[in-house]
This record gives sequence, structure tokens and C-alpha cells, in this order.
Amino acid sequence: MLARPEATAGVEAWDDYLHLRENPAGVTEELWQHEAGCAAWLVVRRDTRTHEISEVTLAADVKRSMGVAS
Amino acid sequence: MRVAGKGLVDHGVRVRFRFDGVTYHGHAGDTVASALLANGVNLMGRSFKYHRPRGVLTAGSEEPNALITVGEGAQAEPNLRATQAEIYEGMVVRSQNAWPSLAFDVMAVNDLAAPFLGAGFYYKTFMWPKKFWEAIYEPVIRKAAGLGALSGQSNTDTYEKAFAFCDLLVIGAGPTGLMAALSAARSGLDVILADEDSLMGGRLNSETGAIGHQPGAVWAAQVVTELAAMENVRLMSRTTVTGAYDGGMYGALERVNQHTGQRTGGAPLECFWRISAKQSVLAAGAIERPVAFQNNDRPGIMMAGAVRSYLNRWGVSPGKRVAVFGNNDDAQQTARDLAKAGVHVVALIDSRVDAVVRGAEFPVITGAQVCNSGGRKALESITFQRASGQKDSLQVDCLAMSGGWNPTVNLTCHTGGRPTWREDIQAFVPTAGAVAGLRAAGACNGVFSTLGCLQDGVAAGKAAAKALGKKPADVDLPVAENAPYRMSPLWAVAGKGRAWLDFQNDVSVKDVKQAAVENFKSVEHMKRYTTQGMATDQGKNSNVAALAILADATGRGIPETGTTTFRPPYTPVSIAAMGAGSQGHGFAPERWTTSHQATVERGAPMIEAGLWYRPSYFPKAGESTWRESCDREVGYVRRAVGVCDVSTLGKIDIQGPDAAQLLDFVYTNMFSTLKVGRVRYGLMLREDGHVMDDGTCARLGAQHFVMTTTTAAAGNVMRHLEFVTQCLHPEWQVSFTSVTEQWAQFAIAGPKAREVLNGLLDAPIDGENWPFMACGDVRVGGVAGRLFRISFSGEHAYELAVPSRYGASLFDALIKAAEALGGGPYGMEALNVLRIEKGFITHAEIEGRATAFDIGMGRMISAKKDCVGKVMAAREGLVAEERPQLVGLKPVAVDAELSAGAFLFDRAADAVRVNHQGHVSSVGYSPELGHMIGLGFLRRGPARLGEIVRLVDHMRGIETEVEICNPVFVDAAGERVRG
Amino acid sequence: MVELKERSACAGLVPLRLGSVTVDEVAPERMTSLSAYGDTAALSAALEQAHGVKLPAAGRSTGKGGLRCLWFGRGEVMLIGAEPDAALAEHAALVDQSDAWAVVSISGAGVEDVLARLVPLDLRAGSFKRGHTARSQLGHMNASITRTGPDGFQVMVFRSMAGTLLHDLKQAMAAVASRG
Repeated sequence: MLARPEATAGVEAWDDYLHLRENPAGVTEELWQHEAGCAAWLVVRRDTRTHEISEVTLAADVKRSMGVAS
Repeated sequence: MRVAGKGLVDHGVRVRFRFDGVTYHGHAGDTVASALLANGVNLMGRSFKYHRPRGVLTAGSEEPNALITVGEGAQAEPNLRATQAEIYEGMVVRSQNAWPSLAFDVMAVNDLAAPFLGAGFYYKTFMWPKKFWEAIYEPVIRKAAGLGALSGQSNTDTYEKAFAFCDLLVIGAGPTGLMAALSAARSGLDVILADEDSLMGGRLNSETGAIGHQPGAVWAAQVVTELAAMENVRLMSRTTVTGAYDGGMYGALERVNQHTGQRTGGAPLECFWRISAKQSVLAAGAIERPVAFQNNDRPGIMMAGAVRSYLNRWGVSPGKRVAVFGNNDDAQQTARDLAKAGVHVVALIDSRVDAVVRGAEFPVITGAQVCNSGGRKALESITFQRASGQKDSLQVDCLAMSGGWNPTVNLTCHTGGRPTWREDIQAFVPTAGAVAGLRAAGACNGVFSTLGCLQDGVAAGKAAAKALGKKPADVDLPVAENAPYRMSPLWAVAGKGRAWLDFQNDVSVKDVKQAAVENFKSVEHMKRYTTQGMATDQGKNSNVAALAILADATGRGIPETGTTTFRPPYTPVSIAAMGAGSQGHGFAPERWTTSHQATVERGAPMIEAGLWYRPSYFPKAGESTWRESCDREVGYVRRAVGVCDVSTLGKIDIQGPDAAQLLDFVYTNMFSTLKVGRVRYGLMLREDGHVMDDGTCARLGAQHFVMTTTTAAAGNVMRHLEFVTQCLHPEWQVSFTSVTEQWAQFAIAGPKAREVLNGLLDAPIDGENWPFMACGDVRVGGVAGRLFRISFSGEHAYELAVPSRYGASLFDALIKAAEALGGGPYGMEALNVLRIEKGFITHAEIEGRATAFDIGMGRMISAKKDCVGKVMAAREGLVAEERPQLVGLKPVAVDAELSAGAFLFDRAADAVRVNHQGHVSSVGYSPELGHMIGLGFLRRGPARLGEIVRLVDHMRGIETEVEICNPVFVDAAGERVRG
Repeated sequence: MVELKERSACAGLVPLRLGSVTVDEVAPERMTSLSAYGDTAALSAALEQAHGVKLPAAGRSTGKGGLRCLWFGRGEVMLIGAEPDAALAEHAALVDQSDAWAVVSISGAGVEDVLARLVPLDLRAGSFKRGHTARSQLGHMNASITRTGPDGFQVMVFRSMAGTLLHDLKQAMAAVASRG
């Protein structure tokens, strides 16, 4: 969700970005928003089997660390 | 029957209550069950399916039989457990599931038909013919079967919801829980001790054993007193922890006033707690399990531990001639306590040949099994079979039975964990680590001696302290009973006839075996096929025995057979408690504009727009329909001037060096080119190419914009902007803040709009310095405001904003000024007509499926820049000529009715789904044109102007012909707005 | 010339007293939202120079004299009780919010019990100390909650929701009061 394709990336890349999500039985990364709180978007690492949350990072920080803005 | 000198109830306080119309007396501290037993009432309910007479089986929340309705009328509460409901003065109690009376229940005829009503009966019998199910079978079955009935009236009671936080939640205040709480609290932890009972102490209140040279109940009371005095301890009695959830969250139901009957002054009946605990100790104890034998459900047959509870805690003997039947040493205690209290113990029957009973003052029969009972609505006799095969009968009015104890593992399974089978105690115990942060201790962990529980409790409390980085404090262990738990499995006594497993659902041993025969071998299938383990008790008494029998019938071991899934809640939770505070005005926040009071005073009916309340129309004397008011208000705007509160539209203040760049990215069209002091209409797409929202955006400064959104989408747009600036472009230097609430904003629309403004503004405006789409600062009575020359009606119009504290006052001034010029306020109905007449869209058109192409704005997607949704909006399917596109609709017959939601078909085509050509999104009556008009979406619509199509609304029974036209019905050249 | 009259967000709704708890409106003060464009260190320095207070950390507030600065969300603080210095505009968007919020004080013995019925946060004195502030929900409303003293909190919700705020508080206060 953070890696928005270039306009010229082609339909497959856009389809993948918009519609296709992994749904593992295990650890996955999700985007959450503290909508009722501070409004921050978060990258949340969660185990879908136990709901255990192992890591939370500000999405803005993750995006910045990805380097060149898309 | 009360037993002199026994019990913890207050013998000095008499409490009067009614049961099925008869007045009884009990004592403070009694439950309905203990008070009825004290009055010699054994028959308390009828079973679910066969309407068999049933008495009380247990002394706790696991009670399957004695379900009652408490209270009358709207306040009647069904399905409470008589074993848990405490009596209070004037309490009205009714039995359930019996008609015309508990003693004579006509539906008991089901019991005679029992051979035909076995497991799966409903599935097999009522399959055919199909339509009979809804018409005949279901209503009849629903009437005959069932638990308590709802009153059908609106619930007038108050309920409460609350949050609590602690280091350690201790669930259960028996010997284990008390010790866990004490050791943790002394170690400095913030402790919540929650217990289901009104009196903390657990089994100690029901037993005669001593702790540290004093009665267990006295010891418990002392510990509770110590805990109550500690600042870091919160005691929550009458509170059942009903569910364990992830992240250390627990649900709990507190009976706040159910035991007092107090219902006035905001006093809640129940409170549903969400308790967030860093650590928890499950000290939920164990539940005794019955033994299945023929007619083991007769009133008077109850659990051995429950008999001790009634005797020792409530001072009641459930019978005058009592027999005890068990497969373990613990049952012997019941016989001893009864004998010591002077109750006639007819016999102790122990199924174990090698049972050792020391110092018995009653007849002991070992190696024997009770195999039948006699009596009708009450127990009169039991028959037992000795090891030799010889059968004998005993005249008894009470049988105390015990098949051993099941640790209460339920909560440890709520997050997906499975319990572990322990062969030595023939029971499931919690699997360690099943719920993060939770330790099971004491009887619920398979530790059955009092001393063992005290030790386990201390260990659990210390472990919690250690886990939270505190130094565990030492707690001295008092002297207590430490007998081993000896038992030998006995699930069901062999024999003919119905031996009951699940009393609440009338499931017998035979039913479970039948399920296995019919190949419902999985325990989950068996449950659904037989209904074992359903309804209010969720099989607390019967699950393990039922699956032991299933295991036997399918030739598997118990661990391989497994259990059904325990889910929250542990005991029933009323929906009203979970939804507490959300009734009436608490259902959702009500957002009121600053003009709300004045609007209501003018008699305007309010309609909801999202959370906002907006006026539908402003009725005037002499007007008898809303249409009359609406037409008049439309006339204000078209011919004079109308005033409308538009504060509900989302307003977002956007500032920063990259503000224009953000707008270029989220809008399809250009904003970086917008001049300061000007407003532009903008269209926003979702990334999938569909329209998200539309609105205007004003440039107040080089780096300063104010975006407006529709009322409904304000939250979505805010979230979208946060997403774009945090997840896609955190490098942009731009900030935005909602100013929706800061500004009260009013539309002033109509040919005389400027005249109204010039009577109010500190400096007058003219057409030259305030042309169409201009914006800027103004002053009203010295107050700094903002003026936008924008229009949603196609007329010469403005929106004037002032800080909200002045909103009410400005609204009054605007109305007064407008009325002086032959205008006045207008509401949502008129606003809607005005915008339909101009072909302006709302979320009736951009409802999530429409693209920019569909609404005729395809060219608004700028080719010069990227924007959200641009790539996907260009997909061929989203710009196909075949797509339904925005058109205007006018009726062929001038008086024809149009309806939003209707479908459009070719004139000659059948009005069926495959032929549909589009739909109608908005309609209204145009006073300008004298007929209804509409907006809709039609395949290849813009190419079909002038064509006549069929409009069919199957739901409302409307069918008419409409002409396809340009969606702009009034002032197509757009001249008035610039006037 | 027209004369516009002021009307506060909670006019006609307060004060509300039930049991030992009182709700009253905090007299409207100048409130400005400061949203940093990027570097919060520069904003903090400018704030300290202009107003003598540092930018509060997340969940905290700072203050000096009658001026307070509340953390108000990611990258956002609320400056209360003073006209913001123009120099701040270089580092942050300054947005007047003086009229945007209904601001009430809730005080008295048992105030934590009242809020525990509505707010899903641990507001006990040991974990939520004086000056601690949070953005969370109160009932179904987004709110700003700040502890002002041992038995006192300041609560802010959108101005339009003032009626619901008082309704929800009243119910919670009645329930708490009924327990005695």
C-alpha cells in the first residue's frame, strides 16, 4: 500500500497494488489508522492466528525509509 | 427446610417474595433456589423439549433446570438462574416453559411421545413439504419449546458499560483466588478480584472444613477484609468474567442492582465491564458432574456439592431422607455434613468396590450404582444395583449425586486454545499458555485439596508479580485439608430407559449414541445433532460426560474425541448490557449546527445527514404539505433570496509550501494554477478510478487553501488526506486541519443575495470586486468572517462564514434581512430541488460506482499531471460508451410521478433485470417547470437525448414514460450565477 | 450595523452537578492548532522563544502562566490562552480553533469513575497524571482528555456535539452516583 506504482507501471502492477493482498495464517503487515486518536497511519505487524501484535511503526517513517518517494 | 444453627444467611431479616403467585419468605442472603427449598418447593421448572418436571440441580451459575423470569411487564427478565438470583423484598418470580402451570403442564404430553422425539427428530420429520416449515412446523415448535419469553415491550431499564485497568485480574475468589490476590497485592500489584457470587470465598462458604483452626468461611471473610482495606485492590463481587480476549482484555458482567430491585435515578441493573489486565489468574474452580442413570432428572436429585452448599451456606436441607451417590471421596463429605446437621442420611452409595469410608454414622453401600428413581413431580424413591446384580429400593426425597469434578477451563479456550485431558482425574485441565498472560490455578487447574488451592493461589500471585518486575511478597500458608482426590470414572449407569446427560436440552445417553450410529461422530456434529451443550448453561454440567459416551460409542479415547469449542460469554450476557448507553440519544452523537435552536423553533422537521441534523423544510401557517413549503422555498431562491445553514459541509484548512501540490494530487483538476482570492470546483477520485467526493476549494493565500467536502464524506476525505500525506508523500511540507466546527457558514442565494449581504457587511460588495467564484475576508458587525461567491442553486449566491460563537446570531440577522426582501430560510428539500434543476450531483449520483466519465466530467481529469485514481479511471471498462451515464429525465405526461431507485428500460423491452438500461438517482418536483424532473444514469445516455424510455419502479408500483434530456433544466446558459 | 452576539458551545447545558461530580464549561479562550510542516525541533524552538513553552511530547502538555500547549495528535498541538506569535507560521500551519470545540471541566470525587464509563483509557492517577493528555473516544465521540488535577479533567469534543457530551456525561454521573 505504501509503494504506489508509477503511472506508467502498467495494469498488472496497479491491479496488484490495489486489489491483491496476502492473507497468511501467521504474521502479516497491515495498515491501521488511529482514527479516533492521533490520526496516525501505522504499519502493524500482527499474527492472524493469535492477534498478537509484535511491531507497530509510523507509516510515514516506513515510507521515508523506503527512500525515493513514489 | 431450614436447619437450625446452619448457614451464613441473616436469619434476623425476613424477605418476602412471590413465586408463581404464591408469597414466600426467605432470609437476606438467600437465592431464589435456597429460599424455595427452605419452603419445601422442589419443582422449579419444566425441561425445554419434553416439559419434564425439574427441580434445582446445582447451587451456581451452571444451573440447567431452575430458570426463572424475574419482574413484570417491560422489566421482566427471563432465563435468570434461581441458583444465582438473590431475593429482595417484593421480588416477583415466575417459572418458565410451563402452561397453564408448573404443576400441570399440557406440553408434558411431549414426554409420552418421547420415543418419536429423539435426536435429529426435527431434522428428519419437518423436512417436507418445504413450505410447511415456515407456516406450520416452526410456529408450533417455537410455542412448545423454549425458555423464558421476552416481554415484547421496550426495555425501560438502565444498563451501564465501563472500563477498568489493573496489573492483575484474579477471576474467582475461592481459596485460590483469595490467596493469589493477597500475594499479588502484598507484592504491590494493582489487583482486581472479580467473583461471580454475592459473597466472596467460593467453596469455603459451602464447606465445613477449617482453615487455620477456624471455619473456612470465617477465614475467607478475614482475607476479604484485608484486601478491601488495601488501596491497590478492587473487589468486584457479583461480577462474572464472561470472556477472555486478545491483548489482556476481559469482558465481565456485574449485577449492580439485579439483587436489589432498585431501578430509579439512573441506577443500572447490570454493568458490562471491559477489564484490561497485564496479567491474570484464573481461579474459577470446578463444576461437579452428574451421573447419567434412568430418571436421574427428578426434582430432588441434585449435585452432592450443591446439597452441601444449601446446608452449610444457606442452612437448608433439600430433603428429610437423603441418599448420597458418588464415585469419589468428596461425595462422602455431603453424607457426613448432613448427618452431623441431624438430617437423616438413608445411605451412601459409592460405585467403587474398594471405596474406604471412615467413621460413617450412616449406612454405606460400596460397589453399587443407582439405576432408577421413582416419584412424579418429586423424588420418592431410588433403585440401586449392587455388584452382585441385586436391586434394592430406598425411600428418599433427595439424592445427592457426584460423578467427580470438571475444572472450569472455559476462559482458557476463548482465544482458540484447547484443554488437555488428565487421565488421573478424568477431566480436562487448561493448557498452559492458552491465553497470553493468564495462569490457571487451584481447582480449575485440577488441584482439588484446600491446601493445594491455597498453595497454588500464592504461587500464581507471586508469578504474576515476578512477571511484572515486582519482588513477590511471602504469604504464610494456614493449615488446611489436604486430602487426595480419589475417584473412579462413572459416566452413565448401564440400563434401559432415558438417562439424562444434558438436563436443559433433554439430551439422553441414548441420543448421543444415536448420533454416533448416524455417523455424527465429530463432537461438534454430535452437539448440533443432539443439541447437547446449547442454551444458557452451554453444557457446563454435561459436556465431558457426553463426549465420554461419544468416545465410547465411537471406540476412541476421550482426548482423541476432543471437546466442542468454548466461546464467550461464560454465562449469558444481556444484549442491553453490552449495548449500554447506546439507546435513545446515546445511539450516536447528534451534531447540531449553531442555527439548530432557531430552526427547531420555526417548526422545521429535522432530518439526519450523517450525524448532523438539518432542516427538511420550514413550514408556514396555511401550508398543509411539505411540498407546499418546499415549492415556496425554491421560489425564494429563484426569485428573491433564501438562506440555508451549510456549516455541515466539511471544511479543511490546508497550508504549507506543498499545499498546492497536495491538491493537484488529490483532485483530478489543477489547483496550483488557481489565483489567490478565487474558488474552483474540484473532483476527487478513489485510487480505483471511481469518484470519491466533490466540492469547492478556495485559495486564501499562496500557501493557504480551504477545501470543502460534502457533509457525508468529510470523514472519508480527512482519512484520505492523512493517507496521502503519511503513506505516500511524507516528504511534502503540508498540514491540514478540520475547520468544519470553527466556522458557521450560511448560503445566501437568489437575485437579492447581494442586497442581503450589503445590509450586514461592514463594507459593501459589488459585482466587480466580488465576481462569481471570488473569495476573501469580510467583516460582519466588526467580526472577521469569510465570504465565498459560490452557488449550488445556479443563482447569484454567496456563502458567508463567521466563527461559530456568532453563528446563531448571524442566522437570525440573515433570516430577518431575507424576509424583509420577500425571502427566508430554506431546507434540504428545497436545496435538493434547486440542485436537481441545475443537474448538480450529490452522493445520490456519486454513490461509489460512478466514474468521472459517467457523470460527464471525464475531461476534468487533467492530462498535465498525475492524480489519485487517474491510471485506473482510464481502464477501458470505466470509460466504455455502454456505461450508464448521467442524463436528465422528464415525464412524458406532465402529472406523472418519477421515483428515485426506479429502473430504465427501452420502450418495447420487458421490465426485467437483463433488459435494464440504467436507473434513476434523484427526483424532485420543479416548481419552475410545473412537473417532476429527475437525474439518472442511462447506457449511452448523452447520445440518446430526446428518446423516450420506460421508467419502472417495481417496489413502489410506478411505471411511466420519460424523455431523456440534458441534466440542466433551469438557466442552461448559466447566466444567473454571474449576475 | 448589525451586532452579532456570542453564544458559547455549552450555553444552556451547564453547569451540571450530580453526586459529587460537576461539569462546567471552560470559558472560551483563544485556541490555535499548530501543525508542524516537518521539523518539530524548529517549531519547538520558535514556540519557546515566543511563548516560553516547549512543544509537548506525545500525550503531554506544557504551560506557563495562563498559557497551555496540549499535544493534540500526530504532529499537532493546541496552543490555548494566547494569540500565537506570527513567527510560528514559518514552521507550522496556524489554524484558529477557538470556536471549534466544546471545552468542559469535569471535577469532583469519583470523576475517574464517571470517565471510566465513557473513555477506554486508563485514566487512574497512577498512570494518567496531571498534565497528561490523550486523544481518544468519549462515548462515540472523538475527544481530547487532559488531567488538570487530582480530581479534575478537561474534556473537549467537537462543538456541534456539546449536547451529546452533556447527555453522555449525565448518564454516567447518574450511574456512578446511584452506587453511592
